[in-house]
Amino acid sequence: MALPKYTETRYRIWHYSYIIICTAVFFFLIAPLFVIIPLSFNAEQYIHFSDGMLALQPEAFSLRWYEDMVYGTKNPWGIAARNSIYYAFFATIGATVLGTVAALGLSSRYMPYKQLIMSILISPMIIPLIISGSAIFFSLAKLGLAATFPGIVIAHIILGTPFVVITVTATLSGFDDSITRAASSLGSTPTNTFFKITLPLITPGIISGALFAFVTSFDEIVVILFVAGGDRNLTTIPLQMWTGLREQLSPTIMAVATCLIVLSTLILIVTELLRRRSERIRGISAQ
Amino acid sequence: MSAEIRTSDGELLSVKLRKVERRRRMTAFLLAAPLLFFIVFAYVIPIFQMLGRSVDNVQMNEFLSETHEVMQTWDGTEMPGEDVTSTFFYELKGLVEEKNHGKIATRLNYEKGGFTSLIKKTARKLKDFDENGNFLDQFIDVHKKWGDIEYWLALKRGTDAYHFRKYLTTFDYEQKFDGSIERIPEKKRINVTLWLRTIFVAAGVTFCCFLLAYPISHLLSVLPTRYSNLLMICVLLPFWTSLLVRTSSWMVLLQKQGVLNDTLVSLGIVADEGRLELMYNMTGTFIAMTQILLPFMVLPLYSVMKTIPPSLMRAATSMGATPFLAFRKIYFPLTYAGISAGSILVFVLSIGYYITPALVGGAKGTLISNRIAYHMQQSLDWSLATAMAAVLLVAVLIVYWLYNKIVGIDNMRLG
Repeated sequence: MALPKYTETRYRIWHYSYIIICTAVFFFLIAPLFVIIPLSFNAEQYIHFSDGMLALQPEAFSLRWYEDMVYGTKNPWGIAARNSIYYAFFATIGATVLGTVAALGLSSRYMPYKQLIMSILISPMIIPLIISGSAIFFSLAKLGLAATFPGIVIAHIILGTPFVVITVTATLSGFDDSITRAASSLGSTPTNTFFKITLPLITPGIISGALFAFVTSFDEIVVILFVAGGDRNLTTIPLQMWTGLREQLSPTIMAVATCLIVLSTLILIVTELLRRRSERIRGISAQ
Repeated sequence: MSAEIRTSDGELLSVKLRKVERRRRMTAFLLAAPLLFFIVFAYVIPIFQMLGRSVDNVQMNEFLSETHEVMQTWDGTEMPGEDVTSTFFYELKGLVEEKNHGKIATRLNYEKGGFTSLIKKTARKLKDFDENGNFLDQFIDVHKKWGDIEYWLALKRGTDAYHFRKYLTTFDYEQKFDGSIERIPEKKRINVTLWLRTIFVAAGVTFCCFLLAYPISHLLSVLPTRYSNLLMICVLLPFWTSLLVRTSSWMVLLQKQGVLNDTLVSLGIVADEGRLELMYNMTGTFIAMTQILLPFMVLPLYSVMKTIPPSLMRAATSMGATPFLAFRKIYFPLTYAGISAGSILVFVLSIGYYITPALVGGAKGTLISNRIAYHMQQSLDWSLATAMAAVLLVAVLIVYWLYNKIVGIDNMRLG
């Protein structure tokens, strides 16, 4: 971004202010996340930077809130974490299978009513969660599935599928049809072609869709508010945080939030690796 | 002639082609079918069923079916006759025996305030009624409100099987008992304020996201991949982080005793007693929502800007355009697709926002979703909640339709 020597002063000023603006926006995006991390190591019970912390005295920091998170009896973070993982695991499997199969159909040239069907399949992502939550709750209640494990998983599958459909169709849109035609012309059966050729090529897209479905379920709060119906044994991490945040901002919540930031960092790394791998495979496939 | 061409098994080529195409269409549809049926039956139909509750009053109509029938002949200009009052007496008696009078009391209370206590008191006194006496007089003896014709009118329309009055309430209007439609008293009006606030916040957040996202998306698209990948973390990390984590970080920052105020006080910009009210109002909702939704604007903008060749701007400047003119005439129009995709996405997401306004917004910064949740979970006025949900849904679907028209749902990209 170095400027040529002949740049006029006013463009120079403009260029530097542009850089400053961009820095400020990046700061605005990322800084709020990093405020939480040091606060979770606070030795005091208050959510602010104590003088000791600012002076970097070791005794101002402690792991007591992490201890409270794991061993504290008041907040069932253990149950919440277990439930969150269970729901997300089953919802991811359901959403990924249904979504991938649907995406295979949707990216076919022969798909009838493509636009209409696509808009219906994407709608859970667009329709406000408060509407989705109450509608799913009423229908689950009618089937006697409200406040049950399968009910919550069904709700999370509904919310997760649009992301799988979008990512997998996006991967398939860049798919080179001549490869599968080549496979068929060499005598491969359609099933064989799918498992040997198509599937390996779209796997990065499927995994990234699955990650979206996982995160959607893992972070989901509005629908679970309706569907869990206040049953403590069905609680999830977001639900527990929501309850905590409505009462009081506690340092334990900061500790949980820090753990979640670490988790999202891991997910970010995985998606980045997937993206690179996908680009590499595509590079080979184009040759 | 092409019509004469046959395949090796002797079939006409055109017929064979049509067959193959039909089979492929069928295969494609069958692949999408499981998810389609799942979404339609587990999601789309439940939404319509739920919205039906906004006009549905069938249960009330069944509880008081005979009263409702008899009342159809009553014109409502003077107090109802004995046919009405006696029918109502016997039906109410039946409801009290089945312990269902509480339900009708709640529903009737939406029609006219004071009905809950009226029905409860009357239910207790029903056994003292003289079944040979004048029922209306005895009702009035139990509670003088029965002498007010409006309670009988409320009973009449409160037992209609279907009604659309909750849609009037959604916009702070009400139907008087004489059938005229008027705005409700000023101090009770809240819904229109919330609708306007929701639209204002959604539009404002969208505009702010656009202003903030444009420069950084541009920077990301022109930087060498090495640097842009690094900076992209600033966009993607918040994108992947839990909504509640981001909301709680804004609570930490914006509180009166929070980090931002502490910093301003220690820098001497703000006096200790003059700490800024950044949370539990619109400011909080606005700032937090802008940061949370910003990635949804950056990603589509970035993917469009990435495709614009830098040579275009160079060509424009080489032909004498100032950088500003070249930007306005060449670069900016080329980014319209990204702007519309991002704006519509951010707008549609923010119009239904619930969690962040509930935690950061306080009473002054809540949006229409919070009101719907309040009626769903606290006041339990499900008819009103679903009427509001129906209006919100229509608004969202219009924007969604626009998105489909302008951007195309197939072009939606994430991350």
